[in-house]
Amino acid sequence: MYVYDEFDQTLLNERVAEFSDQIKRRLSGELSEEEFRPLRLMNGTYLQLHAYMLRISIPYGTLSSKKLRMLAHIARRYDRGYGHFTTRQNLQFHWIKLEDLPNAMADLASAGLHGIQTSGNCVRNISTDQWAGVARDEIADPRIYAEILRQHLTLHPEFSFLPRKFKIGITGAAHDRAAVKMHDIGLWLRRGPNGELGFEVAVGGGLGRTPYLAETIRGFCPSRDLLGYVEAILRVYNRYGRRDNIWKARIKILVHDLGVAKFRDEVEAEFEASKDYAPVLDERLVAEITRRFHYPNFENVEDNPPELQAAFHDARFRTWYFNAVAPHRVPGHAIVTISLKPVGLTPGDCTADQMEALADFADQYGYGEIRNGHEQNLCLPSVRQRDLPALWRKLDAVGLALSNVNLITDIIACPGLDYCSLANARAIPVAMEISKRFADPDLQRNIGRLHINISGCINACGHHHIGHIGILGVEKQGQEFYQITLGGKADENAKLGTLIGPSVPFDKVADVIEDVVAAYIELRERPEEIFIDTVRRVGIQPFKERVYAVR
Amino acid sequence: MTSPLDQKLRIDGLVVITANRLRDGAVIYRTAGGGWTTDLAGALVLDAVAPVKAELAQAAGEGTLAVGAYAAPVVHDANGRLVPGNLREIIRSSGPTFDLRRVPAET
Ligand code: HEM
Ligand code: SF4
Repeated sequence: MYVYDEFDQTLLNERVAEFSDQIKRRLSGELSEEEFRPLRLMNGTYLQLHAYMLRISIPYGTLSSKKLRMLAHIARRYDRGYGHFTTRQNLQFHWIKLEDLPNAMADLASAGLHGIQTSGNCVRNISTDQWAGVARDEIADPRIYAEILRQHLTLHPEFSFLPRKFKIGITGAAHDRAAVKMHDIGLWLRRGPNGELGFEVAVGGGLGRTPYLAETIRGFCPSRDLLGYVEAILRVYNRYGRRDNIWKARIKILVHDLGVAKFRDEVEAEFEASKDYAPVLDERLVAEITRRFHYPNFENVEDNPPELQAAFHDARFRTWYFNAVAPHRVPGHAIVTISLKPVGLTPGDCTADQMEALADFADQYGYGEIRNGHEQNLCLPSVRQRDLPALWRKLDAVGLALSNVNLITDIIACPGLDYCSLANARAIPVAMEISKRFADPDLQRNIGRLHINISGCINACGHHHIGHIGILGVEKQGQEFYQITLGGKADENAKLGTLIGPSVPFDKVADVIEDVVAAYIELRERPEEIFIDTVRRVGIQPFKERVYAVR
Repeated sequence: MTSPLDQKLRIDGLVVITANRLRDGAVIYRTAGGGWTTDLAGALVLDAVAPVKAELAQAAGEGTLAVGAYAAPVVHDANGRLVPGNLREIIRSSGPTFDLRRVPAET
């Protein structure tokens, strides 16, 4: 857990005072909406269909129990008793009132929470692996570098008015759990020739109307040059990125228009030219930031304790364990994923009661830490294995011991037309209907790993391009229609999905998904061949035939 | 959907003037008396460009009540009740299309 210093707290307090004053002046009419809008966006406040929406940043997806309790408090006191965890490690409140925001923001700041850089054309909340620091396949904790980048780039004047929003994703693990290639800059921690730490740097990822995967421009950038190199990228983007057309303003378009090689040359030239004044990340600074990350004082406990073995007699526990529990780098510990995807309810929503319960469980069993990841699920990153049975019973009592992690009902969906003013079509009810069709846990397990992603419009907040099955809402003559793509992938072998054919109406989407899944079950070579591998092997044609033959 | 705020003003049917209330974001409708109500039944119904433009200009001048006013389609249902004319407006007027009850289901 990173502990804020007095500078951070002062900055937050000043920001609350400033924003509160801006709200007061807006409510009194001193500021027009035109003047106020960019100011509220700088604090993560959007106006949606029915209400304001407040987006709160959860840096690198790490929450303390104290922060989670504060989020529960905000949900209960100022919203409708729940919050929505997003694909970018943020939390959104969908019913917040402008007149309540000064108090809500002050409450949030008292726990180190805020909406800074969750909106606008700046470097957004930097996302990372929700298993950072505890994963077995990690070469170093990426959050140290995410935090260094956050500190360096937060409110940085040169990078506060970029052509468009800017997202950085970073991972230290071999397996990419942070959808790094979907980011404007993707960073992978790597070891250099002499064992020194550094980064592979990729640029130009992004979904939306023109989806691209980030491409590598530097195989190894020593960690001491990280800030200078990222600055060079941002500077090239600031200089050449298009500001005339919002649809062509993201760095992905620039990289694509220039070509990766030319873009790389520009960055390298800028990096060379700025060598004399570029910030250098020396070991002292890294050590200082690392010192401020408080790692749990892991107990010296054994793997596979008797308490755990005894609990395996309970079939429900066993099912949950094999679905939601992952190995931890420290013996005797485990990573527990908490699915926020109950059948028939909104993906990613979490009630105030659940947040508080989780905060308590984290204190009791998990060193007070909670994470959230891009799949819109939460995670207790460090639980003693001997406590797993007790934790499971408590999670179960509050509806959080779900065993559908990475299965077909673990759907990623944006708010869509039920909340969002940019939407073409609803996303949440589509997710609800699909999850009801596949509610049977045995059926889900039989199908195996399958990621469905749903977006209510081309902005792609639900990452539909990289879902094994992607569903995109479009509008046709005032009616909701949905395009279906197959074969997308979010991990280190990321791929964009392929459209299978004409869009289908709202009430047919779940039928189509059932057809696609039925085709997969018939086509797979063996039960272990997961959906995405079958699609890769046979292509989309057999699925297409199945879906459109009957329509 | 292109936001109604970005669309060209074209009136081909009944419309009401709608916006979000500044202080809390609630959906509001313009009344005949130049006020605002959260109840669609109380809204002023228009059917021509000129009065719509006049109301929008009025609303834009009263910056502390309403945000982002625009003309939204309405129709009369079988019982003669005024109802929103498309799904977006239905959702704006009656909220998300699913139950917001937050009790998790068993899986
Ligand atoms: C409800 C209010 C929201 C609004 C108004 C909104 C708006 C947008 C817009 C306009 C874009 C496209 C930006 C561009 O390509 O230049 C975008 C992208 C994105 N949004 Fe949202 N969004 C909202 C909610 C969410 C939620 C709830 C999530 C997560 C579930 C989310 C995750 C994302 C992600 C991951 C992208 C990036 C896609 C990319 O790489 O291009 N957003 N959003
Ligand atoms: S994808 Fe479209 S509908 Fe969904 S949240 Fe983003 S902007 Fe709204």
